[in-house]
Amino acid sequence: MDTKPVTFKRPSLEQSASFDRSVIDYIQNAAAHGLYEIRGLGAKRKLPHFDDLVFLAGSLSRYPLEGYREKCVTKTVLGTRFAKKPIELDIPITIAGMSFGALSANVKESLGRAATEMGTSTTTGDGGMTQEERGSSKTLVYQCLPSRYGFNPDDVRRADAIEVVIGQGAKPGGGGMLLGQKVNPRVAKMRTLPQGVDQRSACRHPDWTGPDDLAIKIQELRELTDWEKPIYVKVGATRTFNDVKLAVHSGADVVVVDGMQGGTAATQTCYIEHVGIPTLAAVRQAVDALEDLNMKGKVQLIVSGGIRSGPDVAKALAMGADAVAIGQGILFALGCNSESYIQNGEHVSAIEGYDALGTAPGFCHHCHTGRCPVGVTTQDAILEQRLQPDVGARRVKNYLQTMNMELTTIARACGKQNVHHLEREDLVALTLEAAAMARIPLAGTSWIPGHNGF
Amino acid sequence: MERLSFDLAASSLSDMNRFLHRDLADGDRRHVSVLNPDGAHNIAVGLNHPVTVEVHGHAGYYAAGMNKHATVVIHGSAGTGVAENMMSGTVHVKGFASNGAGATAHGGLLVIDGDAGLRCGISLKGGDIVVGGSVGSFSGFMAQAGRMVICGNAGDALGDSLYEAVIYIRGTAKSLGADAQFEDMTDADYAALAELLSKAGLDHDPKSFRRIASARSLYHWNADADQEY
Repeated sequence: MDTKPVTFKRPSLEQSASFDRSVIDYIQNAAAHGLYEIRGLGAKRKLPHFDDLVFLAGSLSRYPLEGYREKCVTKTVLGTRFAKKPIELDIPITIAGMSFGALSANVKESLGRAATEMGTSTTTGDGGMTQEERGSSKTLVYQCLPSRYGFNPDDVRRADAIEVVIGQGAKPGGGGMLLGQKVNPRVAKMRTLPQGVDQRSACRHPDWTGPDDLAIKIQELRELTDWEKPIYVKVGATRTFNDVKLAVHSGADVVVVDGMQGGTAATQTCYIEHVGIPTLAAVRQAVDALEDLNMKGKVQLIVSGGIRSGPDVAKALAMGADAVAIGQGILFALGCNSESYIQNGEHVSAIEGYDALGTAPGFCHHCHTGRCPVGVTTQDAILEQRLQPDVGARRVKNYLQTMNMELTTIARACGKQNVHHLEREDLVALTLEAAAMARIPLAGTSWIPGHNGF
Repeated sequence: MERLSFDLAASSLSDMNRFLHRDLADGDRRHVSVLNPDGAHNIAVGLNHPVTVEVHGHAGYYAAGMNKHATVVIHGSAGTGVAENMMSGTVHVKGFASNGAGATAHGGLLVIDGDAGLRCGISLKGGDIVVGGSVGSFSGFMAQAGRMVICGNAGDALGDSLYEAVIYIRGTAKSLGADAQFEDMTDADYAALAELLSKAGLDHDPKSFRRIASARSLYHWNADADQEY
């Protein structure tokens, strides 16, 4: 029989590094719509992070504590500089500011209940304070933002601390937006805006410019509250060394530094991925600034932006933070990006909701649409029922409890009776980038790139 | 009625503010005089009772900030952010006001007899402002609700990115901001204006004012979003 050799056609599939599929997709999207992408959550790119640090625990040269039995204090006090009534927390893990508007009222209530059970604080966001969160939160931090939506002196007096927000890690200098589909009648009324408008939050405060004005603004808040409540100043991480110094100069009791991994409910992708510096670099600069001013321990530092786990908390504390704040991790604990939501004890599939958004569990960042398939980042009367406050409160409490157990386990292994005794000497870096940014030696060496002339 | 006075040359501002917050009974209508203010910042902030506070001299930043219920009269000029975030009550500046006068006010009435600086009525949220003189640039920026009456002229970008607030101007604006437009006065406008002028003690003819409001073309950022090529 006459046979020919079999030939295979080899497809040409060489991918470009500069123009990979995601870049091609971005360009084609831009060409089709003439608009930039807006999305939720934080930076998705790989960045030097706390994963690049590890602890040197006890051994022969250091003495560990027994992991379950021996005492390890987690009590955290914030606002000791000027406030007559500093904030006392049972754990150094707080819940970051997220707005009613971005999140539903059910979610805000869940957060307050979980935080109260764990002895920590929760924070309002743009758009004012809701009854649900004030009622459920023992310790509530009230944000004073550029937009001043819903901001009023009664809520200042009802708050336990005030946080003046200068910027946010996901979008330093960027202001904010809440797209019209989330501006339902209640949100619109609280913000004094027509229902359904795409609402902008300004990027600068309306009644002060610069640190000298801020000092007077902070004094106003102190006078208004008779010097009782701690005043926090929150900055997005950029020129962190200078910004923290200026925040201290302005009279802050507590400085909150939010790195670029920090989340958002709706921001241009170009901001999320290309503006600001990683949390790891920001913590180091913030601690440098406090030490330079001899204010370490007098002005407390809260770090946020991509804190996910007990080890992350432990590393932030070891680098010099007094507490951390968590936003996105809390959303995931509530069921964000989960395949199902829980209704009366039963798991119900949320896949159709993800399909409708053109995404899937594990990839969704569609907070801005208000169509959250699990009822977390929505103002829709039907969707918001998917997150029941009981379930949300329980899951967030479990998450906080788990992180706190991890934190104390690591602290005990390092021989610390108090998590605030964790120190830089307990850490080494796994990558050159992390070593340079955190100014912590590369594991197995004493080398810190850029330090001591090397 | 009992009259009280605080001499800021002799006693501390915080003591006075604490007294005004804590030591007044609900519905207290007493009359309080502030002597020698000497430009101090944060005079009479956070008031929560229907008292009358008269400041005899110049005030610094944030005078009568976040006022509720009270009447505050400044017999002098006021610094940045006078009556900022006011909820209710009346604040009357007999002299001039600096930047951000009445910023984000949710309610109440701010009257400035003289001129106001930059960003007067920025992010206004329902309060009323009457300026006897002129206002600086960027006044009424992103103002959401409430009314602003300008008896003199305005600088650049008046009413930029307005939402539902309305501006009445008697003189000229150097320029209007994005999305702000002149509109015809209605009977309701004349009535509202007459009432505000009367409250402010000014006798201008409402017919001499023009109305500026939002064209509402910036309410949705993505006017082009539906295109798909």
